[in-house]
Amino acid sequence: MASEPRLDSARSGLPSGWVQALGPVFGLAGTYLLFALIAPASFRSLDNLETIARQTAIVGAAALGMTMIMVAGAIDLSVGSVVALGSVVIAWLLQFAGASPLVAGLGGILAGTVVGLVSGLLVTRLRVVSFIVTLGMMLAVRGLAKSIAHEQKIDAPLTWLNDLLATLPAERQWMLLPAGVWLVIALALLVAGLLRYTRLGRHIFAVGSNEQTARLCGVPVSRVKVLTFLLGGSFFGLGGLLQFSRLTVGDPTAAVGLELDVIAAVVIGGGSLSGGEGSVFGSLVGALIMSVIRSGCTQMGLPNWVQEVVTGAVIVAAVALDRWRHRRVG
Amino acid sequence: MTATRVPSAPERLQMHDICKRFGSTVALQEVSFTARGGEVHALVGENGAGKSTLMKVLSGALAPDSGTMVLDGLPYHPRDPLEARRRGVAMIYQELSLAPHLTVAENILLGVEPGRFGLVARREMSRRAQEAMARLQHPEISPTALVGDLSPAAQQLVEIGRSLAVGCRVLVLDEPTSSLTSQDVERLFEVIGHLRQEGHAIVYISHFLEEVKRIADRITVLRDGRVVGGAPAAELSAGEIVSLMVGRRLDELYPRSPRVPGEAVLEIRGLQGVPLPLDASVTLRRGEVLGIFGLVGAGRTELLRTLFGLAAIRSGEVRLGVHAGPASPLRRWRQGAGYLSEDRAREGLAVGLSLADNLTLSHLDDLGPAGLVLPRRQEAAANRWVRQLGIRARDARQKVASLSGGNQQKVALARLLHSDVDVLLLDEPTRGIDVASKALIYELIDTLAAGRRIGDAAGALERPRAILMVSSYLPELLGVCDRIAVMCRGRLGAAQAVEDVTPEALLLAATGQEGVSDGV
Repeated sequence: MASEPRLDSARSGLPSGWVQALGPVFGLAGTYLLFALIAPASFRSLDNLETIARQTAIVGAAALGMTMIMVAGAIDLSVGSVVALGSVVIAWLLQFAGASPLVAGLGGILAGTVVGLVSGLLVTRLRVVSFIVTLGMMLAVRGLAKSIAHEQKIDAPLTWLNDLLATLPAERQWMLLPAGVWLVIALALLVAGLLRYTRLGRHIFAVGSNEQTARLCGVPVSRVKVLTFLLGGSFFGLGGLLQFSRLTVGDPTAAVGLELDVIAAVVIGGGSLSGGEGSVFGSLVGALIMSVIRSGCTQMGLPNWVQEVVTGAVIVAAVALDRWRHRRVG
Repeated sequence: MTATRVPSAPERLQMHDICKRFGSTVALQEVSFTARGGEVHALVGENGAGKSTLMKVLSGALAPDSGTMVLDGLPYHPRDPLEARRRGVAMIYQELSLAPHLTVAENILLGVEPGRFGLVARREMSRRAQEAMARLQHPEISPTALVGDLSPAAQQLVEIGRSLAVGCRVLVLDEPTSSLTSQDVERLFEVIGHLRQEGHAIVYISHFLEEVKRIADRITVLRDGRVVGGAPAAELSAGEIVSLMVGRRLDELYPRSPRVPGEAVLEIRGLQGVPLPLDASVTLRRGEVLGIFGLVGAGRTELLRTLFGLAAIRSGEVRLGVHAGPASPLRRWRQGAGYLSEDRAREGLAVGLSLADNLTLSHLDDLGPAGLVLPRRQEAAANRWVRQLGIRARDARQKVASLSGGNQQKVALARLLHSDVDVLLLDEPTRGIDVASKALIYELIDTLAAGRRIGDAAGALERPRAILMVSSYLPELLGVCDRIAVMCRGRLGAAQAVEDVTPEALLLAATGQEGVSDGV
């Protein structure tokens, strides 16, 4: 059956990567236009666009890490817990260790990196699937965050860290978006480049697409997996930093269930739970789609449950569409 | 040994002028086929010849575009496998379709459980299952055993028993011996002989010609979707069957340039793996093709995997060029060796990735500045091999999954060429591909061993490579190899020059009967 497929189905090339992301982009444009038509005028304002961008930053930062992990054919359920841990560590460092904001911020990211390293080592050394390992880590890390914070919120002095996701004051309107959002955008370009143009990136795709082939071809599979979890964890730590920035406290009970938002973003963006597929750009668009729905429903004064039903439907529809496209392409 | 043939065996099933196309590909063209009661009719042909398509039509999994079928004198046009089964036509597939967590009885009567009001009459079920296994003369398989605990051979019998339990009279066995040991093959042949005597019509699909010659009463050869030959089994020699299958004379299929064996590049002494091989010693020289023949399960694949660092070494010595001792696959590639897996879909290729990704994965060097991998350079590197091996693909970004088997295999093989290895470990390099691709791979092996540059008509010389090739297909090994060693039950025999061996001797050695007097 050497029939030539008519549509471009290569999903790993840069051009086709963009083609692949077009579906979610249309989804995003469609969702936005729909709410622009039916929601109050305030939805269409530039301020609201900025709000949407700010609200997407945390999920977006975590989605960068999750994209890498899911492309490698794994999953990490500890995202929410790591974000909480990150925010707690930062607040603790600021409040009790007298650390500078920079050191505290890096400390939060480092905490996530360490959690990622541990998950990666457990997955590769114990040969337990990542779903189970990170399910355990989800509970353990949440407990760790609570223990550090003695089961309370940790207040921290206001620093420039809190400006990362704050609405821009008038004198800095030229920045268009808060620094935290720019940071996520810059890192997204970096991760996209890493996945596309580096040996590690190609190895991550290979491991996710077919681990046995990767091993046969001399890819150091375990090292690639550990590195992927480690890098992923650092992005979840960054999510913790952004979470802290928004809440101004370290909250060990924050971000419960965030992992599902993050996984949904990656999946809407064309990532596959079985690995070997996914793009950073698509994942960010996926995160934006969910934020637009949230914002639109809020602006229309719809109850919370409507937003949940709509988001749920979008996730299933996005994946169903993707499967359908796959089947047609063959 | 062979049962006396019934010359006027009743025609049970007839297929007339069956045609089937998939898009622009003609899978079957005016194929006619008859299965008679009390007869084993073998269907042989290369992979892609149309055997499985024909059997899917027969079993109702595919509808033919045109043609008619008659079963026991009545028109027969099954819409699905279930209807075919009800009419008495059963397929026994290579991959068995049993539920491993259910018992033998539950499997045999799955979907036709006796009982009423949704309750299952367990005793009746047990009795009927036992009866079915007794009819196969294997009453030792207990109705209450879990199918997952049975050996592959016993599972196969359960599958056959299931067909008998629902009254099937036409049985199609698709490569039934591919996962059996030689003793199990004997047991299966007894069962088949018994079913033949009971008057069942049996269609036997296999590419093990020796088996076909033994078990079949009649042989039909398919090539490229057409029937190219058919005769009583006694009237066809193995050589004639092969010529019919490949459609050309054997010396054209296997080119052989003058080759000059050079220095030893791979030396193995007393290699033992976990659990296989048990004992392997051989020396491979530059500029030669060394074949390893043996039955499935003899440890041939394990030998290559052990050499390549994909499986652990228990003891023994391996020396690859100047490098002694075990090494990881990564190191093996760097030391100048490459491995072609026997299982393209599961191990050989990441079918979800592009052709370029697959082809370059083992050697991502020199594809960009500062160790980067630039897609353009990657695709250019891949395109070189796409051109030289005639890989039919739209471009280097095409997903491997959408290529045909032959083109996929070329991609897998091109990986070794891209990595520019000196020692090629090829495991069943022509399994499951079309004849044209096979011919190209034979030619490629010859080119590499002779040290000619690939795709260079003038035949400019570069360094000759060394090739260690595992195959279950004897004619192919005899055609391309300089020396052949036989592996049997984990032990590798001495390599002999191809001029000094006969197919019969190799087969005997492979089944462990060489010099063995106790005669198992």
